[in-house]
Amino acid sequence: MVDLGNAAPPDIIEFQGTTKRFPGVLALDRVDLAIHRGEVHVLAGQNGAGKSTLVKLLCGLYDADEGAILLEGKPYAPRSTVAAIRAGIRIVYQEFNLLPYLTVAENIFFERLPRRAGLVDFTRLFREAEAMLAQVGLTISPRARVETLGVAQMQLLEIAKALSTQSKVLILDEPTATLTPPEIQRLFGIIARLKARGVTVLYISHRLQELFEVGDRITVLRNGRKVETLAARDASIPRLVRLMVGKELGEEYPFHPESEIGAEILRVEELQPRGKPHAVSFALRRGELVGVAGLVGSGRTELVRALFGADAKESGRIYRDGSEVSIRRPRDAVRHGICLLTEDRKAQGLILAMPCYANVTITDLRRVSHAGLLQDSAERSATQKLVDDLDIKTPSVDQLVANLSGGNQQKVVLAKWLFRRSEVLIFDEPTRGIDVGARFEIYQLLWRLAAAGKGILIVSSDLPELMGICHRILVFSNGRITGDLPRTGFSQERILSGAYQEYVHGKPQAGSTAGTGPA
Amino acid sequence: MRAKQIFYLLLREAGIGLALILMVIAFSAAAPRFASMANVTNILTQISINTVISVGMTFVILLGGIDLSVGSVLALATIVGGMIITNENLSPGTAILLSVLGSALTGCLCGVFNGVVCERWKIHSFIVTLGMLNIARGAALQISNSRTISEFPDAFNDVGAATIFGVPVIFLIALAVVLAGRFILARTVFGRMIYAIGNNEEAVRLSGHDPSVYKVVAFIVCGGMVGVAAIIYMMRLNIASPILGVGFELNAIAAVVIGGTSMSGGKGSMIGTLLGASIMGVLNNGLLLLGMGDFARQMVTGLIIVVAVIIDKYRAQAFLRSSYELAPAPPREEPHLRDTGPGPRV
Repeated sequence: MVDLGNAAPPDIIEFQGTTKRFPGVLALDRVDLAIHRGEVHVLAGQNGAGKSTLVKLLCGLYDADEGAILLEGKPYAPRSTVAAIRAGIRIVYQEFNLLPYLTVAENIFFERLPRRAGLVDFTRLFREAEAMLAQVGLTISPRARVETLGVAQMQLLEIAKALSTQSKVLILDEPTATLTPPEIQRLFGIIARLKARGVTVLYISHRLQELFEVGDRITVLRNGRKVETLAARDASIPRLVRLMVGKELGEEYPFHPESEIGAEILRVEELQPRGKPHAVSFALRRGELVGVAGLVGSGRTELVRALFGADAKESGRIYRDGSEVSIRRPRDAVRHGICLLTEDRKAQGLILAMPCYANVTITDLRRVSHAGLLQDSAERSATQKLVDDLDIKTPSVDQLVANLSGGNQQKVVLAKWLFRRSEVLIFDEPTRGIDVGARFEIYQLLWRLAAAGKGILIVSSDLPELMGICHRILVFSNGRITGDLPRTGFSQERILSGAYQEYVHGKPQAGSTAGTGPA
Repeated sequence: MRAKQIFYLLLREAGIGLALILMVIAFSAAAPRFASMANVTNILTQISINTVISVGMTFVILLGGIDLSVGSVLALATIVGGMIITNENLSPGTAILLSVLGSALTGCLCGVFNGVVCERWKIHSFIVTLGMLNIARGAALQISNSRTISEFPDAFNDVGAATIFGVPVIFLIALAVVLAGRFILARTVFGRMIYAIGNNEEAVRLSGHDPSVYKVVAFIVCGGMVGVAAIIYMMRLNIASPILGVGFELNAIAAVVIGGTSMSGGKGSMIGTLLGASIMGVLNNGLLLLGMGDFARQMVTGLIIVVAVIIDKYRAQAFLRSSYELAPAPPREEPHLRDTGPGPRV
């Protein structure tokens, strides 16, 4: 789909001393960087290193303050995203930009629906959409409504949409955040095919393992400066981390087994979320960190949401400290000391436009009020205590949560549940979108909470993470628990075989990621 | 740096007040009678009712809802109040007291209906209150036999005409309502929940609260405010009628929106609402003094509403910039690991 002119210069994009300032921040500091035509170029670096800023310059969202950007040797300064698309640069964001109530085909060609006599030519639309879907290996109907798709399918659909225009450069921002290993492999296959066709891919990811697999060259950014560009085959994880962090990091996921496993704090019997075919049972003890592994779409999130009362359940009994409790709404769960830190912090965990203290005290306003009147000083001091305790980096408790970084936002969510004195903490993807340094701090907090006798359940798609920090891992497969592994029994192979079990031996059922699932 | 911050803060906080002041200055210059004591009293009297209704409306709009029924409910509340106050079996004092309670209660009950129906069946308040708009109007016409009620006790009517140093008593009532509303929003648990729900209802639910309770209460408060407005109306015009209050809901919504409250909820203030109502009152009065006819004034008022919302867009940007400037730490990720201990694998 792209003509590879022989006379074209080898570098499709060149940054020359590009500088971008925001009030108080130097986001990009004289970055010189050349992206070769047809390569997969990886941008690595902690959050705030300047990756997003760099990409947003290409997409026409920002203007550079100094320096130049060359596209195929010509100065390039897109005024808008439309201009960037016209120039052949497309981005697939981490967050989806899909219209849920329209069909897959309409989403792909939304910007220029094929027309006949002023009306949409649906025959052609669906035919062309089919071809685009085949390109990314999606086996869904172009007539399906987007709201019915799984997350992984939406991710691939976004890529199909990006490819529907004549893109010379495709930017993928954390494309694997929501994908399972086989889906990731599939994505890498697609990237390889694109590369073979001459499309240049700019790839951003927090998962370093991937970078070697998918990338040709890796550029590490730190504090807005380019640290180094190196060939992927010359890189190693320790080396990359050293470049990103600026210093050596030791052992991976140091496990802190100090916490004492105590009495059973939570027991779930035959819990069946509404609309799911299976019921599950498991227990959690005080001081225990239990991981929940499984493919995306295996029903892990649905389970914890039903447990917390966020969504309805068909049946099931829940015991807290040995006695049965009735949980029909989040309010019931919170009263019984159970909390859920949702995957989507911004939409479900925080009130972004409100200050830290309001976000923290909302779980228990009675404690900071008297006869319905808020006690300003009590609120601030209680919040300040948690801010200090969790080492939340914020200039003050009055700061709007929207202005905090992802890692600190996650800590605010944790603070609000600690303020409520929750005993059972359920985390859904606690480190998603959080950078290396902040992740480690979150792990340390988890260990501290466990040592304090709380029960912790962690849903995560990051297998090394779960294996690194948990006492025990429950393996989920298509709505069932197919494994309950103690720490001594952890191995990637075991967990993965458990995760695939229900898909291999039977047909994937409702809730599976049919179409992109492991076939 | 500091000066710039103050500028943005001014634009953000005082934008609407500044507009009001400019408007007052302009009208004073153009129409000599505008700044006269009598006219100021007149304006304050005129904006009182809309202000009180708008305070109630602010609660509902902050939650992302709307109440279209306020005009009709006002009529119904005057009828209930008017029938009680003209009851010859009651002494004037008792009649006035019961009338006030009756009007307020009528408003609250309509609010209960609005809130409960919206929340129990999860129907948008636009539709539910549109229904209530008709129900209340019909009820007012039905129970009054579509007649106007008048001849209230003198003591009651006197309050409507009374002034203290040129400030009408009914405006003082409205001002008290505004300050009470401001206090509730800023200082109480209820107010905190209103803002929280307006900003992110799902996060509030997942924090262990039941947003429906607060939403129902907001509709009841709004209805209660309409009841209060009905009393003021009766005091001022000395009548109760089933056909009054037509279009009041639009004036109240306009005042709230001009005052900077976001229609999608979560952002806004009571002082803004007071200023919004004042702007509408000043505009109406000033244009009248300049000799502009009813129709033209209506067009200008409509235009001002639209312009106010456009200005508000820019104020929102100023708000972002000012909070940006005020944040000492850059809005990005924290620095690196501080401890040199064992690090994570990634």
